[in-house]
Amino acid sequence: MKQQVLVLYLNTSALDSEVLAWAFYDGTGRTDPTTGDSDLPPYGTGTEALRDGWRLFQASQLLPPYPGHEYDTSYLKHEFFFEKLE
Amino acid sequence: MATTTPLLSSVEVARFVANGYHRMDAVVPDELNQEAIGVFDAGIPVVYSGEPVAKVYEEGSFVRRLLEVPAVAGALHSLIGPDPLVDHQALHIREPHEGAAQPLHADAIIDTRPDAFDVQLMYYPHEVTGTMGGTLSVPGSHLRRTNESDTGRYQNLRGQTRLTCPAGTVVLLHHGIWHGGRRNDSDSRRYMFKIRFNPTVPQVRLWDTGDLDDPQITRELSRFFPWCEHATGRLEVYNRIKLWRAMTGDASFDIDLWATRVANRPGRAA
Repeated sequence: MKQQVLVLYLNTSALDSEVLAWAFYDGTGRTDPTTGDSDLPPYGTGTEALRDGWRLFQASQLLPPYPGHEYDTSYLKHEFFFEKLE
Repeated sequence: MATTTPLLSSVEVARFVANGYHRMDAVVPDELNQEAIGVFDAGIPVVYSGEPVAKVYEEGSFVRRLLEVPAVAGALHSLIGPDPLVDHQALHIREPHEGAAQPLHADAIIDTRPDAFDVQLMYYPHEVTGTMGGTLSVPGSHLRRTNESDTGRYQNLRGQTRLTCPAGTVVLLHHGIWHGGRRNDSDSRRYMFKIRFNPTVPQVRLWDTGDLDDPQITRELSRFFPWCEHATGRLEVYNRIKLWRAMTGDASFDIDLWATRVANRPGRAA
Protein backbone atom coordinates (compact mmCIF):
# COMPACT_ATOMS: atom_id res chain seq x y z
CA MET A 1 0.00 0.00 0.00
CA LYS A 2 1.45 3.37 -1.05
CA GLN A 3 0.55 6.84 0.10
CA GLN A 4 -0.10 9.98 -1.89
CA VAL A 5 -0.03 13.20 0.11
CA LEU A 6 -1.74 16.43 -0.86
CA VAL A 7 -1.11 19.58 1.16
CA LEU A 8 -3.52 22.47 0.76
CA TYR A 9 -3.08 25.96 2.22
CA LEU A 10 -6.43 27.65 2.66
CA ASN A 11 -7.61 31.23 2.93
CA THR A 12 -9.04 30.81 6.44
CA SER A 13 -9.12 28.09 9.09
CA ALA A 14 -12.31 26.75 7.50
CA LEU A 15 -11.91 23.60 5.45
CA ASP A 16 -14.34 24.89 2.85
CA SER A 17 -12.33 28.06 2.17
CA GLU A 18 -10.33 28.78 -0.98
CA VAL A 19 -7.06 27.01 -1.81
CA LEU A 20 -4.19 29.54 -1.90
CA ALA A 21 -1.19 27.22 -2.19
CA TRP A 22 -0.58 23.51 -2.60
CA ALA A 23 1.94 20.67 -2.73
CA PHE A 24 1.71 17.05 -3.82
CA TYR A 25 3.95 14.13 -2.91
CA ASP A 26 3.43 10.88 -4.77
CA GLY A 27 4.44 7.67 -3.03
CA THR A 28 3.38 5.61 -6.04
CA GLY A 29 6.27 7.05 -8.09
CA ARG A 30 3.98 7.69 -11.06
CA THR A 31 4.45 11.47 -10.94
CA ASP A 32 7.31 13.74 -9.90
CA PRO A 33 5.83 17.02 -8.63
CA THR A 34 8.24 19.83 -7.81
CA THR A 35 8.48 23.48 -6.90
CA GLY A 36 6.87 25.87 -9.36
CA ASP A 37 5.38 23.27 -11.69
CA SER A 38 1.81 24.56 -11.81
CA ASP A 39 -0.12 27.80 -11.60
CA LEU A 40 -3.54 26.21 -11.06
CA PRO A 41 -4.52 24.53 -7.78
CA PRO A 42 -5.85 20.96 -7.98
CA TYR A 43 -9.01 21.93 -6.08
CA GLY A 44 -10.83 25.17 -5.40
CA THR A 45 -11.45 24.44 -1.70
CA GLY A 46 -10.51 21.89 0.93
CA THR A 47 -13.92 20.27 0.80
CA GLU A 48 -13.58 19.71 -2.94
CA ALA A 49 -10.60 17.49 -2.13
CA LEU A 50 -12.74 15.53 0.36
CA ARG A 51 -15.42 15.03 -2.27
CA ASP A 52 -12.76 13.62 -4.60
CA GLY A 53 -11.77 10.94 -2.10
CA TRP A 54 -8.88 12.59 -0.23
CA ARG A 55 -8.79 11.79 3.50
CA LEU A 56 -7.84 14.62 5.83
CA PHE A 57 -5.28 13.51 8.41
CA GLN A 58 -3.83 16.74 9.82
CA ALA A 59 -4.86 20.38 10.12
CA SER A 60 -2.85 23.28 11.48
CA GLN A 61 -3.83 24.51 14.93
CA LEU A 62 -5.07 27.99 15.68
CA LEU A 63 -2.32 29.42 17.82
CA PRO A 64 -2.36 32.91 19.34
CA PRO A 65 0.55 35.13 18.31
CA TYR A 66 3.49 35.41 20.64
CA PRO A 67 3.18 38.57 22.76
CA GLY A 68 4.98 41.41 21.01
CA HIS A 69 4.77 39.70 17.64
CA GLU A 70 1.08 40.19 16.87
CA TYR A 71 1.80 41.97 13.58
CA ASP A 72 4.54 39.66 12.34
CA THR A 73 3.75 37.46 9.37
CA SER A 74 5.48 34.18 8.72
CA TYR A 75 4.55 30.75 7.32
CA LEU A 76 1.23 30.03 5.63
CA LYS A 77 -1.27 29.62 8.41
CA HIS A 78 -3.99 27.23 7.35
CA GLU A 79 -2.31 24.00 6.33
CA PHE A 80 -4.29 20.81 5.68
CA PHE A 81 -2.74 17.41 4.93
CA PHE A 82 -4.72 14.84 2.92
CA GLU A 83 -3.89 11.32 1.81
CA LYS A 84 -4.94 8.64 -0.61
CA LEU A 85 -3.77 5.05 -0.26
CA GLU A 86 -3.24 2.73 -3.19
CA MET B 1 28.82 53.56 -9.40
CA ALA B 2 26.98 56.13 -11.51
CA THR B 3 24.29 57.95 -9.59
CA THR B 4 23.24 60.64 -12.06
CA THR B 5 20.96 58.21 -13.79
CA PRO B 6 17.17 57.87 -13.92
CA LEU B 7 15.90 57.34 -10.42
CA LEU B 8 12.74 55.45 -9.59
CA SER B 9 9.59 57.38 -8.75
CA SER B 10 7.81 57.15 -5.41
CA VAL B 11 5.10 55.06 -7.04
CA GLU B 12 7.70 52.62 -8.35
CA VAL B 13 9.37 52.37 -4.94
CA ALA B 14 5.99 51.83 -3.26
CA ARG B 15 5.37 49.04 -5.77
CA PHE B 16 8.72 47.54 -4.73
CA VAL B 17 7.72 47.78 -1.07
CA ALA B 18 4.51 45.86 -1.88
CA ASN B 19 5.86 43.36 -4.42
CA GLY B 20 9.38 42.87 -3.12
CA TYR B 21 10.96 43.31 -6.54
CA HIS B 22 11.54 45.79 -9.35
CA ARG B 23 11.76 44.30 -12.81
CA MET B 24 13.43 45.94 -15.82
CA ASP B 25 12.99 44.10 -19.11
CA ALA B 26 15.75 44.22 -21.76
CA VAL B 27 17.58 47.16 -20.19
CA VAL B 28 21.06 45.73 -20.76
CA PRO B 29 22.38 46.37 -24.30
CA ASP B 30 22.80 43.41 -26.63
CA GLU B 31 26.58 43.76 -26.89
CA LEU B 32 26.88 43.38 -23.13
CA ASN B 33 24.52 40.39 -23.15
CA GLN B 34 26.63 38.75 -25.87
CA GLU B 35 29.79 39.35 -23.84
CA ALA B 36 28.17 37.98 -20.70
CA ILE B 37 27.97 34.39 -21.90
CA GLY B 38 31.72 34.26 -22.52
CA VAL B 39 32.44 35.86 -19.16
CA PHE B 40 30.14 33.40 -17.41
CA ASP B 41 31.51 30.36 -19.27
CA ALA B 42 34.99 31.38 -18.16
CA GLY B 43 33.73 31.03 -14.63
CA ILE B 44 32.61 33.41 -11.92
CA PRO B 45 33.42 32.21 -8.41
CA VAL B 46 31.10 32.71 -5.48
CA VAL B 47 32.78 35.46 -3.51
CA TYR B 48 31.72 37.05 -0.23
CA SER B 49 33.43 40.40 0.02
CA GLY B 50 31.59 43.09 2.00
CA GLU B 51 33.57 45.67 0.06
CA PRO B 52 32.54 48.65 -2.11
CA VAL B 53 31.71 48.07 -5.77
CA ALA B 54 34.81 49.98 -6.91
CA LYS B 55 37.05 47.72 -4.86
CA VAL B 56 35.43 44.46 -5.95
CA TYR B 57 35.06 45.16 -9.67
CA GLU B 58 37.73 46.91 -11.73
CA GLU B 59 36.86 49.97 -13.77
CA GLY B 60 35.83 48.82 -17.23
CA SER B 61 35.22 45.21 -16.16
CA PHE B 62 32.11 43.43 -17.36
CA VAL B 63 30.33 43.70 -14.03
CA ARG B 64 31.19 47.39 -13.60
CA ARG B 65 29.74 48.12 -17.03
CA LEU B 66 26.64 46.08 -16.15
CA LEU B 67 26.15 48.13 -12.99
CA GLU B 68 26.67 51.36 -14.95
CA VAL B 69 23.77 50.68 -17.33
CA PRO B 70 21.72 53.82 -16.56
CA ALA B 71 18.46 52.06 -15.69
CA VAL B 72 20.29 49.58 -13.45
CA ALA B 73 22.36 52.24 -11.71
CA GLY B 74 19.34 54.48 -11.16
CA ALA B 75 17.15 51.73 -9.74
CA LEU B 76 19.93 50.45 -7.48
CA HIS B 77 20.59 53.95 -6.16
CA SER B 78 16.88 54.46 -5.53
CA LEU B 79 16.60 51.32 -3.40
CA ILE B 80 19.97 50.65 -1.78
CA GLY B 81 21.57 54.11 -1.96
CA PRO B 82 24.99 55.36 -3.02
CA ASP B 83 28.17 53.34 -2.51
CA PRO B 84 26.64 50.03 -1.43
CA LEU B 85 28.79 47.11 -0.40
CA VAL B 86 28.96 43.97 -2.49
CA ASP B 87 27.79 41.28 -0.10
CA HIS B 88 28.45 38.44 -2.53
CA GLN B 89 28.11 37.35 -6.11
CA ALA B 90 27.04 34.02 -7.57
CA LEU B 91 26.45 32.61 -11.02
CA HIS B 92 23.52 30.21 -11.23
CA ILE B 93 23.47 27.81 -14.16
CA ARG B 94 20.58 25.45 -14.83
CA GLU B 95 21.67 22.76 -17.25
CA PRO B 96 19.28 21.44 -19.95
CA HIS B 97 16.80 18.97 -18.46
CA GLU B 98 18.41 19.36 -15.05
CA GLY B 99 16.28 17.23 -12.81
CA ALA B 100 15.34 19.22 -9.76
CA ALA B 101 14.00 22.60 -8.80
CA GLN B 102 15.32 24.48 -5.79
CA PRO B 103 13.03 24.45 -2.78
CA LEU B 104 11.27 27.74 -2.24
CA HIS B 105 13.51 29.84 -0.03
CA ALA B 106 14.68 33.28 1.02
CA ASP B 107 18.43 33.84 0.81
CA ALA B 108 20.78 34.03 3.80
CA ILE B 109 19.01 33.74 7.17
CA ILE B 110 15.88 35.16 8.73
CA ASP B 111 16.31 38.93 8.73
CA THR B 112 14.25 41.06 11.09
CA ARG B 113 15.48 44.56 10.19
CA PRO B 114 12.39 46.82 10.14
CA ASP B 115 14.04 49.82 8.46
CA ALA B 116 16.79 48.48 6.20
CA PHE B 117 17.05 45.82 3.54
CA ASP B 118 19.54 44.31 1.14
CA VAL B 119 18.92 44.29 -2.59
CA GLN B 120 19.69 41.32 -4.80
CA LEU B 121 20.34 41.97 -8.47
CA MET B 122 19.46 39.14 -10.83
CA TYR B 123 20.62 39.47 -14.42
CA TYR B 124 19.49 37.28 -17.32
CA PRO B 125 21.77 37.69 -20.37
CA HIS B 126 19.57 35.67 -22.72
CA GLU B 127 15.88 35.18 -23.32
CA VAL B 128 14.23 32.95 -20.71
CA THR B 129 11.31 30.94 -22.09
CA GLY B 130 8.63 29.09 -20.16
CA THR B 131 10.39 25.72 -20.30
CA MET B 132 13.82 27.01 -19.26
CA GLY B 133 13.04 27.06 -15.56
CA GLY B 134 13.17 30.80 -15.00
CA THR B 135 13.24 31.90 -11.38
CA LEU B 136 10.08 31.24 -9.41
CA SER B 137 9.19 34.07 -7.05
CA VAL B 138 6.26 34.92 -4.84
CA PRO B 139 5.35 38.61 -5.08
CA GLY B 140 4.65 40.15 -1.70
CA SER B 141 6.32 37.41 0.36
CA HIS B 142 9.41 39.42 1.38
CA LEU B 143 8.11 40.73 4.70
CA ARG B 144 7.20 37.28 6.00
CA ARG B 145 9.63 36.23 8.70
CA THR B 146 10.77 32.79 7.59
CA ASN B 147 14.16 31.16 7.60
CA GLU B 148 15.80 30.18 4.29
CA SER B 149 14.31 26.95 2.88
CA ASP B 150 11.88 26.24 5.72
CA THR B 151 9.29 27.24 3.09
CA GLY B 152 10.44 24.34 0.89
CA ARG B 153 7.22 22.46 1.56
CA TYR B 154 5.29 24.99 -0.55
CA GLN B 155 5.42 23.86 -4.16
CA ASN B 156 3.01 26.29 -5.77
CA LEU B 157 1.13 29.40 -4.73
CA ARG B 158 -1.59 31.37 -6.47
CA GLY B 159 -0.09 34.46 -8.11
CA GLN B 160 3.46 33.09 -8.13
CA THR B 161 5.70 34.34 -10.94
CA ARG B 162 7.50 31.88 -13.18
CA LEU B 163 9.93 34.23 -14.85
CA THR B 164 10.02 34.52 -18.60
CA CYS B 165 11.88 37.51 -19.98
CA PRO B 166 13.80 38.93 -22.93
CA ALA B 167 17.59 39.03 -22.99
CA GLY B 168 19.13 41.75 -20.85
CA THR B 169 16.51 41.69 -18.13
CA VAL B 170 17.46 42.74 -14.60
CA VAL B 171 15.32 42.15 -11.52
CA LEU B 172 16.10 43.80 -8.18
CA LEU B 173 14.78 41.82 -5.24
CA HIS B 174 14.20 42.62 -1.58
CA HIS B 175 16.34 40.14 0.34
CA GLY B 176 13.37 38.44 1.93
CA ILE B 177 11.39 37.42 -1.15
CA TRP B 178 10.54 33.73 -1.50
CA HIS B 179 12.07 32.38 -4.69
CA GLY B 180 13.83 29.41 -6.28
CA GLY B 181 15.38 28.23 -9.51
CA ARG B 182 12.93 26.02 -11.39
CA ARG B 183 13.58 22.75 -13.21
CA ASN B 184 14.99 23.42 -16.68
CA ASP B 185 12.90 21.31 -19.08
CA SER B 186 14.43 22.85 -22.21
CA ASP B 187 17.43 21.97 -24.38
CA SER B 188 19.16 25.24 -23.49
CA ARG B 189 21.50 26.19 -20.68
CA ARG B 190 20.10 28.97 -18.48
CA TYR B 191 22.27 31.57 -16.79
CA MET B 192 21.46 33.95 -13.99
CA PHE B 193 24.06 36.19 -12.39
CA LYS B 194 23.33 37.51 -8.93
CA ILE B 195 24.90 40.19 -6.76
CA ARG B 196 23.68 40.98 -3.26
CA PHE B 197 24.19 44.56 -2.08
CA ASN B 198 24.24 45.93 1.48
CA PRO B 199 23.29 49.57 2.10
CA THR B 200 25.78 51.98 3.66
CA VAL B 201 23.35 54.85 4.23
CA PRO B 202 19.83 55.04 5.70
CA GLN B 203 17.42 53.98 2.94
CA VAL B 204 15.35 57.15 3.23
CA ARG B 205 14.08 59.13 0.22
CA LEU B 206 16.83 57.88 -2.08
CA TRP B 207 14.59 58.00 -5.15
CA ASP B 208 12.91 60.84 -7.10
CA THR B 209 10.38 62.00 -4.51
CA GLY B 210 8.61 64.49 -6.79
CA ASP B 211 5.48 62.33 -6.74
CA LEU B 212 5.45 61.57 -3.01
CA ASP B 213 1.83 62.74 -2.70
CA ASP B 214 0.56 60.64 -5.60
CA PRO B 215 -2.52 58.67 -4.41
CA GLN B 216 -1.28 55.72 -6.45
CA ILE B 217 1.26 55.12 -3.65
CA THR B 218 -1.53 54.12 -1.28
CA ARG B 219 -3.04 51.85 -3.91
CA GLU B 220 0.31 50.14 -4.47
CA LEU B 221 0.90 49.60 -0.74
CA SER B 222 -2.67 48.32 -0.22
CA ARG B 223 -2.35 45.45 -2.64
CA PHE B 224 -3.57 41.99 -1.66
CA PHE B 225 -1.82 39.01 -3.25
CA PRO B 226 -3.70 35.88 -4.37
CA TRP B 227 -1.58 33.50 -2.28
CA CYS B 228 -2.00 35.44 0.95
CA GLU B 229 -4.63 34.65 3.55
CA HIS B 230 -7.21 37.43 3.75
CA ALA B 231 -6.58 38.15 7.44
CA THR B 232 -2.80 37.98 7.15
CA GLY B 233 -3.01 40.19 4.07
CA ARG B 234 -4.18 42.98 6.35
CA LEU B 235 -1.06 42.51 8.45
CA GLU B 236 1.02 42.69 5.27
CA VAL B 237 -0.47 46.13 4.56
CA TYR B 238 0.30 47.16 8.14
CA ASN B 239 3.91 46.05 7.75
CA ARG B 240 4.24 47.90 4.44
CA ILE B 241 2.97 51.06 6.18
CA LYS B 242 5.73 50.63 8.75
CA LEU B 243 8.38 50.20 6.04
CA TRP B 244 7.06 53.16 4.04
CA ARG B 245 7.19 55.30 7.17
CA ALA B 246 10.83 54.28 7.64
CA MET B 247 11.73 54.89 3.99
CA THR B 248 10.07 58.31 3.80
CA GLY B 249 10.77 59.54 7.33
CA ASP B 250 7.05 60.26 7.63
CA ALA B 251 5.88 58.73 10.91
CA SER B 252 2.30 59.85 10.26
CA PHE B 253 1.84 57.99 6.98
CA ASP B 254 -1.10 55.60 7.11
CA ILE B 255 -3.64 53.81 4.97
CA ASP B 256 -7.26 53.68 6.13
CA LEU B 257 -6.07 54.16 9.74
CA TRP B 258 -4.62 50.63 9.93
CA ALA B 259 -1.57 51.76 11.94
CA THR B 260 -3.13 54.77 13.68
CA ARG B 261 -6.11 52.87 15.11
CA VAL B 262 -4.08 50.26 16.97
CA ALA B 263 -1.72 52.87 18.43
CA ASN B 264 -4.53 55.08 19.77
CA ARG B 265 -4.44 54.97 23.58
CA PRO B 266 -5.88 58.29 24.82
CA GLY B 267 -4.33 59.48 28.04
CA ARG B 268 -1.74 56.69 28.09
CA ALA B 269 1.97 56.78 27.47
CA ALA B 270 2.99 55.43 24.07
